[in-house]
Amino acid sequence: MTMPFYVSPEQLMKDRADFARKGIARGRSVVVLGYDRGIAFVAENPSRALHKVSEIYDRIAFAAAGKYNEFENLRVAGVRYADLRGYSYDRSDVTARGLANAYAQTLGTVFTQEAKPYEVEIVVAEVGENVDQDQIYRLTYDGSVADERGFIAMGGAGEQITAGLQERWRPGMTLGDALGLAVDLLRQDPAGGPSRTLTAPQLEVAVLDRARPRRTFRRLAGPLLDALLSREDPTTDVPADDDPIPGRHDTLTGQSAPPDHQQGDPA
Amino acid sequence: MNLGTGGGAGRLPAAFMATGSSSFTEFIGAHAPELLPSRRPLPVGVTFDAPHGTTIVSLTYDGGFVMAGDRRATMGNLIANRDMDKVFRADEYSAVGIAGTAGIAIEVVKLFQVELEHYEKIEGTLLSLEGKANRLATMIRSNLPMAMQGLSVVPMFAGFDLPSMGGRIFSYDVSGGCYEEHEHHSVGSGSLFARGAMKKLWRPGMDAAAAIRVAVEALYDAADDDSATGGPDLSRRIWPTMAVVDVEGLRFLGDQALAAVVEQIVADRRGNPGGAR
Repeated sequence: MTMPFYVSPEQLMKDRADFARKGIARGRSVVVLGYDRGIAFVAENPSRALHKVSEIYDRIAFAAAGKYNEFENLRVAGVRYADLRGYSYDRSDVTARGLANAYAQTLGTVFTQEAKPYEVEIVVAEVGENVDQDQIYRLTYDGSVADERGFIAMGGAGEQITAGLQERWRPGMTLGDALGLAVDLLRQDPAGGPSRTLTAPQLEVAVLDRARPRRTFRRLAGPLLDALLSREDPTTDVPADDDPIPGRHDTLTGQSAPPDHQQGDPA
Repeated sequence: MNLGTGGGAGRLPAAFMATGSSSFTEFIGAHAPELLPSRRPLPVGVTFDAPHGTTIVSLTYDGGFVMAGDRRATMGNLIANRDMDKVFRADEYSAVGIAGTAGIAIEVVKLFQVELEHYEKIEGTLLSLEGKANRLATMIRSNLPMAMQGLSVVPMFAGFDLPSMGGRIFSYDVSGGCYEEHEHHSVGSGSLFARGAMKKLWRPGMDAAAAIRVAVEALYDAADDDSATGGPDLSRRIWPTMAVVDVEGLRFLGDQALAAVVEQIVADRRGNPGGAR
């Protein structure tokens, strides 16, 4: 006669947590940090299409480390949550706190009830009217939520980067300094080996820019990102105007309009 | 809003986690159908008065298009609202104007705006202009049962087409038919008169300033002959809503710029009620 093995709840939870942690540790790291005029997101991600950082709503963004299909599923759920709330109440009633709670409940339920926990760690950040109103929430695979001040690092080298941020991050840094710090920490080898070089094409960088009206999320790329990352270049912040090129204005590249189109000014 | 059903208390319901759809309308149709404008059946055989929006005009010019609407909403013989906006930003490159039952029309527009932004966020790209026009057609089509009970909505949609770098106008009927119009179009109770005016005044190769003037002339003519369309209200300083869309995106013309155009047209018509020709 076979007897089912008894597994203590402590052991069960520990096994699940170890499993999720291992999955997350395999992924590359993501850094979220506040700067004087908003919140910046820096991820090591060579893909231009499979994003780790995304817009959720006017002042809310999402960043994730871990398994792509799982956090993509959570991102879509977050966009639906935010758009539904904004549609049935008002745009100003969509908050990061509400979304973080919904994510926490979802991750917590998946962790205890489903065959395997999500191997993800996510950040929900909301840029406020001023630095004191910025909110950054960290959510882990088991549904625990933490309300962090200033910065978060997650993914494979999360702990080392957090230690570096604790030492070197200061409130009121410029965007240029904040990105420089994030890239410097992402370059370091957690095993203690020599630092790698990380250039703009290997990075996914985005900001929630406090000064913009309505939708504040912008990706950074091209010459603008190079200028912000360069120590010699005087650029320290994103321009107030979007790129003057036709199409979707979600990315700031610092490139100017193609010279062949000229528009007459009406009236 | 229902966020609290599912496996665990507070967990996002299954509809939020479902894969495949980037349409907000489909999502709320599955999760919260009571929020859709078309899912509120009326008792059969009952009709009632609700505010109606009236005339919208749109015309293309060299490098873009303008869409303008008068500001009046009527309820039977009464003026329900003097300063209603009936031309809306659909997204950065397109505008939608509405005629018909104002309450439902505004709800349709609100849903359409969220639909476009939702698609943009989920897919990471803009919907094509035809794609936008077709989404709106689907929404109007689903409103047909209400239209048959007197609560019809007839929108006009126009967008700046990035591949061809020009403005394109789409008209609709209550059954959800979507038709591309060329040069200019008008919907609403005063549309017959506005269309006549635009037919005579529209020229190929016009610039934005000329197109704005033609739009105001057309609305003036609509108000002249249709009691439900509001004319320029000089004493209250209420001007038409005027959206101008070109390669740089959509902007609404400010009161100051509009006042100058409207006052000029009113002055030109003194002693010449037929206006420009």
